Amino acid sequence: MPVNKLVTALDMDRVRGDFPILERQVRPGIPLVYLDSTATAQKPRQVIQAMDDFYCQTNANIHRGIHVLAEESTAAYESARQRVANFIGSPSARQVIFTRNTTESINLVALTWGRANLKAGDVVILTEMEHHSNLVPWQMLASELGLRLEFIPVTPDGLLDMQAYRNLLQLAPRLVSFTHMSNVLGTINPAQEIIRLAHQAGALAVVDAAQSVPHLPVSVQELDADFLAFSAHKMCGPTGIGVLYGRKELLEAMPPFMGGGDMIKRVHLRSFAPNDLPHKFEAGTPAIAEAIGLGAAVDYLCALGMPAIAEHEQAIIAYALDRLEEVPGVRVFGPQAKEKGAVASFTFEGVHPHDVAQILDRDGIAVRAGHHCAMPLHEKFNIPATTRASFYLYNTPQDVDRLVEGLYKVKEMFG
Amino acid sequence: MDDLYRELIIDRYKNPHYRGTLNPHDIAFEDDNPLCGDHIRIELRVDAEERVSEIAFDGHGCAISQASADLLAEQVIGKTLEEVRALTKQDVLDMLGIELGPVRLKCALLSLKVLKAGVYGLGEASDDLVE
Repeated sequence: MPVNKLVTALDMDRVRGDFPILERQVRPGIPLVYLDSTATAQKPRQVIQAMDDFYCQTNANIHRGIHVLAEESTAAYESARQRVANFIGSPSARQVIFTRNTTESINLVALTWGRANLKAGDVVILTEMEHHSNLVPWQMLASELGLRLEFIPVTPDGLLDMQAYRNLLQLAPRLVSFTHMSNVLGTINPAQEIIRLAHQAGALAVVDAAQSVPHLPVSVQELDADFLAFSAHKMCGPTGIGVLYGRKELLEAMPPFMGGGDMIKRVHLRSFAPNDLPHKFEAGTPAIAEAIGLGAAVDYLCALGMPAIAEHEQAIIAYALDRLEEVPGVRVFGPQAKEKGAVASFTFEGVHPHDVAQILDRDGIAVRAGHHCAMPLHEKFNIPATTRASFYLYNTPQDVDRLVEGLYKVKEMFG
Repeated sequence: MDDLYRELIIDRYKNPHYRGTLNPHDIAFEDDNPLCGDHIRIELRVDAEERVSEIAFDGHGCAISQASADLLAEQVIGKTLEEVRALTKQDVLDMLGIELGPVRLKCALLSLKVLKAGVYGLGEASDDLVE
């Protein structure tokens, strides 16, 4: 049954008021119902304003200038780094590397730590629920170095098969790289346990936190992660900037990633000395305004409180799963609400996900249709594609109701 | 709405006229639309005058991709291979009678891409075939 209000930890009127795009009508008279935050989240006024202020008041290149703008700009960029470090519980801001996104962060680990430390025959463990950014970089490295990739299987309930993982660890892997939260199934994996077991077996652990950092309280120290990667744009920040956290001794021992300005201490015609952390991994002029936007996004999320955001999403996904269940022909993939984040990927009997998404779009409901950059996972469940509705801090039970109404229309049309 | 899901398209999606396989066949080709996982395989028989005498398609995907394949099959019967090679994106759009955004366009054009790659005897289908 539809509900008007869920008791949630957030003041929804205030939160929704922070996101200008939610006031938009998709077509005349049709308000937006945005259910695609797993792809990218909407941005609050506070983030947009911070970037706007930077360009209007401060804009200058960082780390080199003497003038006021350059000093302010550098301070703002580095302050964003410090806030990100605090947000994920990093012992130091120097362990927070700014990249373009999660994908670049994982590629950085593969191409620097991986190339320097792995050799033919070494085992790297991934999972069957990885999206392409935590799969393809390792496939590329595997074919370059002759690595052996193994995969923790996904159970029919959409969970990782932990017994199979324990068995794989007998292969003495060098690295375990896994998603903290599946972008398709929503499964929240037992990251702490996965990492503890990896360390016991002598392997390092890389956490793809693209979906977890925006939605859950995450502490790199509690997890004991060796590397952790995420993107700003999925956590109310701008596109074009992401983060790689790494353990200090690992980052210090790694060769640089890209060569250029800012990543060097000294340059001669035939040699260079790399800069200290974190600059060693940030060649060239970085995304300065975007880093500042990310800092503002961190402030925004902290002000609401990550536990409150997680609680809100838990209420929404529980309600969404209940309501989706009543629509005949809808089959939702993944575990029960309590084991997952606010993602519902589903099939609709007899109707292709693209058709579902297109019909929902007519009513202003934005969902995603396809394989969500996780083709192997869809192969596993033997479905070409799914429709995915994903929820974030600004979604309400009314959004769920609109989705369900839309699905009844699909049913009517294809009936 | 429902230009995009006009009766013809829903009908041919649900009750295709040309779904199946042809054994033996003279030409066969298949390809995917990786964006949404649409898949189309087309098989043809060609007579002595290089005319398409029989055609069948198989695959899975959205209503637009599958209905488009079925309607295209109908159009192609009796055409010479030369005429098939000359088919364009606009021919498919006229046949469907709907307007499509850039994403759904790929769904609609997959069958033409497969058909032309097969008729040209190419190893791989390219988007250039349906420009």
